[in-house]
Parts: sequence; structure tokens; C-alpha cells
Amino acid sequence: MKLHEYQAKEIFACYGIPVPRGSVAATAGEARQAAADLGGQAVVKAQVHAGGRGKAGGIKVVRSPEEAEQTAREFLGQNLVTHQTDARGVPVNSVLVEELADIRRELYVALTIDRGFRGPVLLVSAAGGMDIEEVAATNPQDIHTEPIEPVLGLMPYQTRRLAARLNLEPAQARPAIQVLNALYRIFTENDCSLVEINPLIITGDDRVVALDAKLDLEDDSLFRHADLGELRDRSQEDALEAEAADQDIAYVNLEGSVGCLVNGAGLAMATLDVTNAAGAAPANFLDVGGGADEEKVASAVSIILSDPKVNRVLVNIFGGILRCDIAARGIVLAFERQGATLPLIVRMLGTNVVEGKEILQASSLNVTFADTLTEAAAAIRQAGG
Amino acid sequence: MGILLNEESRILVQGITGREGSFHARAGMAYGTNVVAGVTPGRGGQLFEEQVPVFDSVAQAVAETAANVSLIFVPPPFAPDAIAEAADAGVPLIACITEGVPVQDMARIVRYIDHKPVRLIGPNCPGMINPGARCKVGIMPGDIHLPGRVGVVSRSGTLTYEAVAQLTHRGIGQSSCVGIGGDPIIGTSFVDILRLYEADPDTDLIVFIGEIGGTMEQEAAACIKAEISKPVCTLIVGATAPPGKRMGHAGAIITGDSARAEAKIAAMRDAGAHIIPTPADIGATAEAVLGEMG
Repeated sequence: MKLHEYQAKEIFACYGIPVPRGSVAATAGEARQAAADLGGQAVVKAQVHAGGRGKAGGIKVVRSPEEAEQTAREFLGQNLVTHQTDARGVPVNSVLVEELADIRRELYVALTIDRGFRGPVLLVSAAGGMDIEEVAATNPQDIHTEPIEPVLGLMPYQTRRLAARLNLEPAQARPAIQVLNALYRIFTENDCSLVEINPLIITGDDRVVALDAKLDLEDDSLFRHADLGELRDRSQEDALEAEAADQDIAYVNLEGSVGCLVNGAGLAMATLDVTNAAGAAPANFLDVGGGADEEKVASAVSIILSDPKVNRVLVNIFGGILRCDIAARGIVLAFERQGATLPLIVRMLGTNVVEGKEILQASSLNVTFADTLTEAAAAIRQAGG
Repeated sequence: MGILLNEESRILVQGITGREGSFHARAGMAYGTNVVAGVTPGRGGQLFEEQVPVFDSVAQAVAETAANVSLIFVPPPFAPDAIAEAADAGVPLIACITEGVPVQDMARIVRYIDHKPVRLIGPNCPGMINPGARCKVGIMPGDIHLPGRVGVVSRSGTLTYEAVAQLTHRGIGQSSCVGIGGDPIIGTSFVDILRLYEADPDTDLIVFIGEIGGTMEQEAAACIKAEISKPVCTLIVGATAPPGKRMGHAGAIITGDSARAEAKIAAMRDAGAHIIPTPADIGATAEAVLGEMG
């Protein structure tokens, strides 16, 4: 789950990481007041769950409260399109109005899980303020990595080493190390999958300030962070993906026209590949999960059917925990509920497959059965033609 | 023979009185698995299915029944505790089926296990099966398997079943099948399983199913190149997944070029693995390679 910059900065402040003075505004009037409180000059930052806001025009320096109001009016209610969003972009429902910073140096700092190390790693770079993926691709030696043993935590020798790598002067090293330690506490105490500050700036008077803030929470740990779960902003998520998440269905909206209903993430990815190999494009990734009942299968199918791109539906169920007859009932229920007549290609295998096929056969649905993935691919082609 | 499990495997099920635990303990027993004990704290003294004793702790269960494999079904908040308890009781092989275990908990658990003579499969995995020994430690449908000489390894559940079904359909049996799990931090890697298959005299061919995300497939490719003399057929799924989107498995997200399917397929090809072109061709590719071997 992603947080907004202003939410992440509130958490940063709780842990003692310096952030610029400022406040969040949901209306142009509030933005005007916020800028006035800062003395008129300010930076107005669109709050969206996407990086690349600067280049996309989502961050503007203003010289007066009137200009702040005007800028907020331009941002609010519009969609911001960045290189990390799709062509529709994401809606801007709030802006962060902050004081201008006196930037002497821009650093990059992040914490994430490294799978090879099987634990958290701290990444720092003197090349802050830039697209870090570009730095990683072109100048990987400019990014310093410090693996952290989870049992020990971040040790002082490690932060000293990183401060040295960043060529920090003694007066700057102390506050910078405090930021690194706070960041590690934030990462572990809140079960983050990513915390990133880009840039972490050094000001003219040697203060260290988090100019930006990115914080992603690990979904699987939200059960023990109910307070953080409340920070979710559904408006930033794809509507169908948000609906699926509410029902505990793993769903990703894609560009094509073949709606896919599958059980199991690996088989769902394989189904996308088979669909593509058949010369068609999947409309979605969907793993309905192992313990699904009839109602959950019906919800999953309803999500697929409510996607206007979909012109045929491919079902690939390997019955195990999820029995084929249960899946079939759920599919029929959803199609009949919505009065859908789209072609349906069904490949079922495993537990209660005979009963499952009988239920579909006896229904009014336009079903083509496939016994293998090869046959399913052929049927997708045919239904698309 | 096969890997990890054999006729001497004595299974203990942690969470045996729960919905999932009881269902799969029963299915395992029906398949022929020697389930000797269950553990549910507070339910010690009960009998499961009128024959399997339930204990309050893993230590008690091991002392009374000499269980040597643990199968874990407890919910995510309690799964790290269950794994540590099994490791502490000296159970040498643990399979954790539980999906949704917090990653940072697993970071500590794998380090604890590193210092013990314990192998952990999972979490978020289907488990493992040895069809020849009629031993099933997991949630896979037993009846799709056929005893034989092909070793299967995958990150996934139902995709492993798909691979097995394609093999069995062509009369190609399996020495063992292992699903190592779809999470970013897991107990046993592809490399560990490849080495076990290489050392297993009853495995002739390895079917390897990887997916997008991380670099575990590249590490496996390096291992295949350097250490594995047996032929390997490889499928990598997720070639058409967009970057930055998590494909169900917490581990399946493209976060850099090496996490892409193309990079993994290239590494596998370079290692001399036989590339399975699409998920529909698993059985056919294995059959062709077995044919060449004579």
C-alpha cells in the first residue's frame, strides 16, 4: 500500500526526521492560506501515488498566496500523467504547500528488502534529486548499498561508512546519521516495503532535510498496523483493482480484450503468456485464490465483465482446494446476474471437473470447452475472429 | 527414492484442527502419507480422525511420535512462531504453506534457521510430494502425480500442478515435485533443490518453472551451468507482465531489467537449459528431451 508524500512526511516528523514547514490543502483557498502562513513564497506539490511529478508539471514554485491559489486550482480535480502512470494519469485531490528550501547538496537515501540478502538494505547516493533508476543503470558505482542484519539492526559503523561515502562534512554527518537511524526505525516498526527520500538535502546552514518522502507499506503486514491501513487513498488506485483488493482477489488491469479468470498466481501468469502466444491480448491478470467460494468466484467474474475492454472470457481453473463445480456455479451466477452474453472459453482440470462442466453445459452461457492450454489458445483465437 | 521425502517420513501437521489443516491432513492420509501427529496449542490430548494424536507443542509431538517432517497451516500472524517452534524442536524438514507471512518476520526466521540443521520449504508454497513413496506434504491434488524419474521444481502452486498434469498425461512420472513458494524471502531456493535433484540417483531430468521478479532464476542458471549434469527443461512465466505491477505472488514484480522474463530466459539458455516455449509445451518439451536421452 502506498502513502502520499504528506502522509509519509507526517510519519517522518514523528521519528524526528526534519521536513520542510508546510501543510496539505484540499481546496485552492486552503492553498492560499497555507502559502500566506509561509510568508507568500512556497512550493505547491500535487499529491499523487506516482513518481516523476516534477517532470510532469506537478510541482510548482509560487511567489504569492494568490499564485498558490491559482496553481492549486489548476492542479486540484485534474489527473496528473507521469512516466509512472498510464495515459489517464491519477487524480490530484490534494496539494502540499511547503516553504522553499535552500539547497546546497541533494542526496538519495532508501531502504528496501533485498531478496538475495534476504533482508533490508540501505541505499545511499550523492546523486540525489535525479531519477535513481537512471543512476543505477548508467552509474551503478554511485549507489552505495549497506545490507542490515535484522537481528543487529543498523550499526554505527555502517552509518559512519555511508557518511564517509557521501563525503559529508563533520557538521553534516551527525544530522545525516540521525536521519538514517530514524529511517531504519520507520522501516522496521511500520513494516515498510520501501522508504525513500529523494532528495535528502543539505541546506546552506548544514541542516539535513527530507525534501520528498516515499513510503510503501507491505500489504501482508497491515493486519498489525490498523492505523496505517486507514491512510489508504482508493482514488489513486485503478477502480477495478481497488474493488478486487477489497474482495481479496489478486487483480491487475491490463490493456487487452481477453478477460482471464484463473486460480493461482503462477498459473495466472502462464495464462497471460498463453493468451499472448495465441496472438490475443489479456485484459487482466486475475488470481481468484485457493479458498474461493461460489460468491467470491462470482465477484471475480463480475469485475472482469464490468471491464468495457473485455470481449471474451477465458477461464483456466486447476481444481484443488477450489473445486471446479464451485467455480462453475460462480461463473454462471455472475454471467446471469449481469445478463452477459460474451463468448466464454473454459479450461478446467482437477477436482470435480465433470460436475463443473455439466453445470456450465446446462446453463445458457456461450461456452467453448478446451481440455489443454493448446486448445484454449486456439479457442481464444477463434472467439476473437 | 526422490528428494526430501521418503518411506521413512513421519509427518506432523501444525494447525491440524483448523479448516485448512484438517482438510489437507485428511487428503494426505488418503493419499498414503504417514501423518503421525498434529499440534494445536490448547487441543493436546484429542485424536484427529480417531487415529492421529494432537499435542500442545511440537516438542511433545516429536518426543512421543518421532515426527521428522512438519507441515504448517497456521494463519500468517502465528506462522513465524510455528516455524521457529518446529526448528527449535529439531524437526529437520518444515513446509510452511501459509500465504501472507510478513516479510520482515521471515528475514529474522531464515537467519534463525540458518544456524540449525533444518530445511524450510516456503512460506506461501504448495509443499512437496514424492509419488513413489506415496508421501504428500502439501496442498497439491495427489491423484495427478505418477511415480517416475522427472524432478519438478517451481515457485508456484497450480502452475506446478499444470506441469505435473502435462507430464502424467504423456506417461512421464515424477521422482518428486517441490513448490518453493512465491514470497520475496523463502527458506529454500531453486539452487538448493537443483543440487538435491542432481544428487538423487532416481531423477533423470529436471523440469524447472520460474517466473518474473528477483534474480533467483539467474542464480539457478549459474548453478545449472557449473554443477548440474542432468538435463533441465525450463519455463519462465510472466513474459507479458507489465513492470511495477505485482502479479499475485509478492515476489512476482518487475523492479529492474534482471527481473524480466527475457533476462531469465537468456540466462537459462546460456546455461544450456532446454527452453519450454510456452506454458502449453511443458510435457512435450520434457518428452522430446527424454527421447533424445534414449
